[in-house]
Amino acid sequence: MTSQKTLKDVKMHYCPGCGHRMINKLIAHVIDEMGLREKTIMSSPVGCSVLVYDYLDLDVIECAHGRVPSVLSAIKRCLPDRFVLGYQGDGDLAAIGTNETIHTANRGENITIIFINNAVYGMTGGQMAPTSLPGQVSTTTPKGRGANFEGNPIKMCELLATLDGPTYIERLAMNSAGSLKNIKEALKKAFQCQQDGKGYSFIEILSPCPTGWKNDIKESLNFVDKMQEFLPVGVFKDERKNR
Amino acid sequence: MKKELMKGSHALVHASIEAGCTFFAGYPITPQNEIPELMSKLMPKSNGTFIQAESEVSSINMIFGAASTGARSMTSSSSPGVSLMQEGISYIAAAELPCVIVNMVRAGPGLGNLRASQADLFQSVKGGGHGDYRLIVLAPSTNQEIYDLTMAAFDYADHHKNPVLILGDGIISQMIEPVELKKYKPILPLPSKDDWALTGCKDRQRHLVKTTRLDPPDLLVKHNLHLKKKYKKISDELTLFKEFETEDAEIIIVAYGITARVAQETVHLARKEGMKVGSIQLITLWPFPNKILKKYRGRDFLVVEMSNGQLIEDVKLALGCKGRILHFGYGGGWYPDTDQILTKLRNMKK
Repeated sequence: MTSQKTLKDVKMHYCPGCGHRMINKLIAHVIDEMGLREKTIMSSPVGCSVLVYDYLDLDVIECAHGRVPSVLSAIKRCLPDRFVLGYQGDGDLAAIGTNETIHTANRGENITIIFINNAVYGMTGGQMAPTSLPGQVSTTTPKGRGANFEGNPIKMCELLATLDGPTYIERLAMNSAGSLKNIKEALKKAFQCQQDGKGYSFIEILSPCPTGWKNDIKESLNFVDKMQEFLPVGVFKDERKNR
Repeated sequence: MKKELMKGSHALVHASIEAGCTFFAGYPITPQNEIPELMSKLMPKSNGTFIQAESEVSSINMIFGAASTGARSMTSSSSPGVSLMQEGISYIAAAELPCVIVNMVRAGPGLGNLRASQADLFQSVKGGGHGDYRLIVLAPSTNQEIYDLTMAAFDYADHHKNPVLILGDGIISQMIEPVELKKYKPILPLPSKDDWALTGCKDRQRHLVKTTRLDPPDLLVKHNLHLKKKYKKISDELTLFKEFETEDAEIIIVAYGITARVAQETVHLARKEGMKVGSIQLITLWPFPNKILKKYRGRDFLVVEMSNGQLIEDVKLALGCKGRILHFGYGGGWYPDTDQILTKLRNMKK
């Protein structure tokens, strides 16, 4: 167990009600509880959470948009006994980096990816994301998603679960104090999966973005509930006992 | 020492592994498939990693990751694939990670054809990706040079903390020649990677590999100035070239890679005809060997390249556009032969 804390004592830049803030903290707590800090190499993505290294006192590599899985695949192959953790948003993971996501999962790389799905491009000002809901108004879907051949939200957990490579895939929603406990438990499972050498683990978190959704915190929690109509929570794959 | 007959691609793989390369990622594209194929056989034998990536975008980002751990790492491709890598190359240059990238150039633009070409020079030496950055660019002309320069490339990369590009072509990649498989010995002091490599923050402050520099606004200006200084230092320290019969030459042929060998043969034939011709083979294309060209300013120059005119721009810059500087070359997969160059030389003499 490390004595030094992963979470840095600094003010975070995230907007009020943003899910990143709590998820950053949960990651830090789980890393400390599992004693992983000194062996962790984490990625930071392009998007609002690019500055995650300002909050977590870990070795971090900042990746190009969508390329986290490729970068981490190589790091894990070079340093197989380190704990390698990816953190990606929806545009990063399910649009510009879909190819890297699918092939890294298919290779069954022994890494953990945390997918923060808030159904919007937050940092660039609220454009449509690959996971935006049908009818969702964004700065690039003024008539709502679907009115101009935008398709429906991409279901990454379901998509990746069709592959043989992944070991553990779970989707959770962050919409209450109680949900934080579930997310923490899921993170532990995924981290332990990698620590046991059992292969690729993937945790999707439906996460509020009041600023991007142009609503208030209470409404944003309702929106997370609505997201679950299209993106149901649950465990989509669990092969831990078989590997 | 023992020599073996082998393809240029294979010489490159053997040199990489001999130099301690432990990570290779690549994607199939002609005419460099022999590189990933042999890597897939040899890397596991030396406890290294081979990954066939899903795209060149992915393979260059795997190199970004592997290099960040301090591992000697390499990727190879050919022109359209190297175009896809430009994003990652910019990030690697920005993060100052050492690695080796290989381009066995084929003819473009677009999908082009599979014939050898030298039309990726601008992309290689002027920065194909975004932002102010430089690659060290090495152009071998024989399989032995491929072997020697590949080992050196890893040293240049580590010494200068900068990506190195080996610029070959479809002929160099496929041609079979004897190669002396020398033992690796560093040619430069190799700085420790302990102060930046990502290994987990055990018993030390954490390390960050990042390329954003947002605040204060002049942070990125300062980083760019730091890079500028580094590039100046590399320019001062590293230029490689070879001269052939330049001393009394009235006309000097300037070329690199496979074209430089045709130039040398042409020099030989031209001398038999009584023409005073020499040649300069450029090996570093960045840093560009300006000084050696300046030394001969005032003589006539003929730039021969397998493109419609890229190398000639740097030659003109080096010579300050002074004197007669002519061009001979075509794009689209054209190979110069000695007869064509001789005819051009005879016309220059008229």
